[in-house]
Amino acid sequence: MLAYIIRRLLLLPILLLGVTVFVFAIFSLLSPEMRASLYLSDVPKSPDAMERIIHKYGLDQPIHIQYWQWLNQIIRGDLGWSRTAQRPVSEALLYYLPATLELSLWAMLPVILIGIWLGILSAVHQNKLIDHTLRVFALVGWSLPTFVFGLLLLMYFYAKLQWFPPGQISDWVTREVINGSFIRYTQLYTIDALLNGRLDVFWDSLRHLFLPVITLSYVQWALLLRVTRSSMLETLRQEYIMTARAKGLKESVVINKHATRNAMIPVATMGGLLLIGLLNGVVITETIFNYPGIGRWAADAAIRLDILSVVGFTLFNGVLLVVGNLIVDLLYAFIDPRVRLD
Amino acid sequence: MLFFVAIAIAAPWLAPPENPYEPYRIVRCGYTHMPQPPNGNNPLEQIWKVITKQATICEARPFGLIQSYDIYYGIIWGTRTAFFVGLVITGLNVLIGLLIGSIGAYFGRWIDEILMRITDIFLAFPFLVAAITLAAVLQPTLGRGLLTAMIALIVFGWMGYARLIRGDILAIKEREYVYAAQAVGAPHYRILLRHIIPNAIYPTLVVGSMDIGSYVLSFAALSFLGLGAEVGYADWGQMISFARDWIPRLSDHWYIVVYPGMAILLFVLGWNLIGDAFRDILDPRLKGRI
Repeated sequence: MLAYIIRRLLLLPILLLGVTVFVFAIFSLLSPEMRASLYLSDVPKSPDAMERIIHKYGLDQPIHIQYWQWLNQIIRGDLGWSRTAQRPVSEALLYYLPATLELSLWAMLPVILIGIWLGILSAVHQNKLIDHTLRVFALVGWSLPTFVFGLLLLMYFYAKLQWFPPGQISDWVTREVINGSFIRYTQLYTIDALLNGRLDVFWDSLRHLFLPVITLSYVQWALLLRVTRSSMLETLRQEYIMTARAKGLKESVVINKHATRNAMIPVATMGGLLLIGLLNGVVITETIFNYPGIGRWAADAAIRLDILSVVGFTLFNGVLLVVGNLIVDLLYAFIDPRVRLD
Repeated sequence: MLFFVAIAIAAPWLAPPENPYEPYRIVRCGYTHMPQPPNGNNPLEQIWKVITKQATICEARPFGLIQSYDIYYGIIWGTRTAFFVGLVITGLNVLIGLLIGSIGAYFGRWIDEILMRITDIFLAFPFLVAAITLAAVLQPTLGRGLLTAMIALIVFGWMGYARLIRGDILAIKEREYVYAAQAVGAPHYRILLRHIIPNAIYPTLVVGSMDIGSYVLSFAALSFLGLGAEVGYADWGQMISFARDWIPRLSDHWYIVVYPGMAILLFVLGWNLIGDAFRDILDPRLKGRI
């Protein structure tokens, strides 16, 4: 186990370096003038301003020296200026991250628990009505674009019923934050509300989170349901399940104790895919629900061709995914000892 | 699915373009920004009027207007866009995957190692996020359009196929007939093209066909974010993006989301069902299981 962990950890810096090389390669598709103009925050006042910026950022140097300079910059946390956020890119990331974190945390738990539960339900009742219904549910979830689903939810629950508004929080809470009667300890509204002992704020925050969480979750439910179902069916055919039943164990014990545990092993490999789905999903979901997280910021930046922000966002995602995959793989090796051998 | 094929083929009759040389420009009726509701309660009746030339599209307005673009027209011609985008992206992705995967697997050793590490790095980014970035970077050079978004989706789409074909080729290249071909001195490209790839390609093709729907989805997402087809182009994702301006009033203007949304849903659903059927035929053991 230790050797496996060390081997994977040694790969980490190499992959991270690869990620930066790659992002830089995309970035350098732009001509030096274009890249220089990204670093300008104002219209240049003198004719040689552009030349000076090109020189300052080494954009007239050979490509490997440019990369080296750029790498040094990003290691120092200097990702440039985000026009969209009107602050440096690295600050913008930190500024928008808590909202996305809150959304993801609320989405992750229901996704995993409900998705797995639906998959087991579907497998246990194979070819019965509930199974067919759930399979249609999964197929539709797999085929329906996130943005259409989100807009349909908004159409019904916001435009028609006025139950769940878009955005992150109501205006009256924002006013209280500004005048200081509501203190933001963690930047996560739901947790802050509890720390402040304000159930009304907690409730307001939940109302805003509900629809984005559902939107983010539907595709993931579809994915998890399919994988859990097929893995569970495979497991239920194993001989030890027959043995367990032959011993006269209750069906619930057979399902919960014997089958589910083993059926979860392939499901655990889905961790990486779920993370990718989440990272992709927040961009679209936050955009539709006007939820001020990093996803909406990146989408806004992409439309405005605020390339520095987009590049910073991609870099962040790449690093997150590489580290996330490492954690998932280590957890997987922990669950299933067979993995460590190869 | 045949239904969509029929629509794509019959588009010029179902929705006669205003300007025959630019059929993918959605017909505009007037210049108002406001969505206009469908004409009458029975869209089929209005469509029939258009087909039989009793009314122009602007008079019939079967699915309503958004920013004075006719939604019906956009959906009909958008079918062609969807087929084009889905098939080209998938085709090129499979081709690139095939190239990289087969070269890596056949020559093995350091070539394989380098190609697979490159694949790993491409896989280190969430697909859609990476595609958004590339589309944004390419836009100043290539402009906004189908091409930009398609390139973005192709650059980040081939890795799965490369890995799949690599695995299959690794198994096949140890077969006797490959050794035989090598023994008689056949050149590498010939062994690869004539003996190995034809025997290893089917799983990759099947997976590719199952992915067409998801590429159409990803393309629609890019269009929706404003990084795909240009405004006014007959593309479903781009049409839905108009709805973002009308969110508080969507219950009145439901048709601007529901009709294009239905088109995407049914199209992707169709491809996914075909993919499932394909897999059942090739692997009956899994029938009805996944």
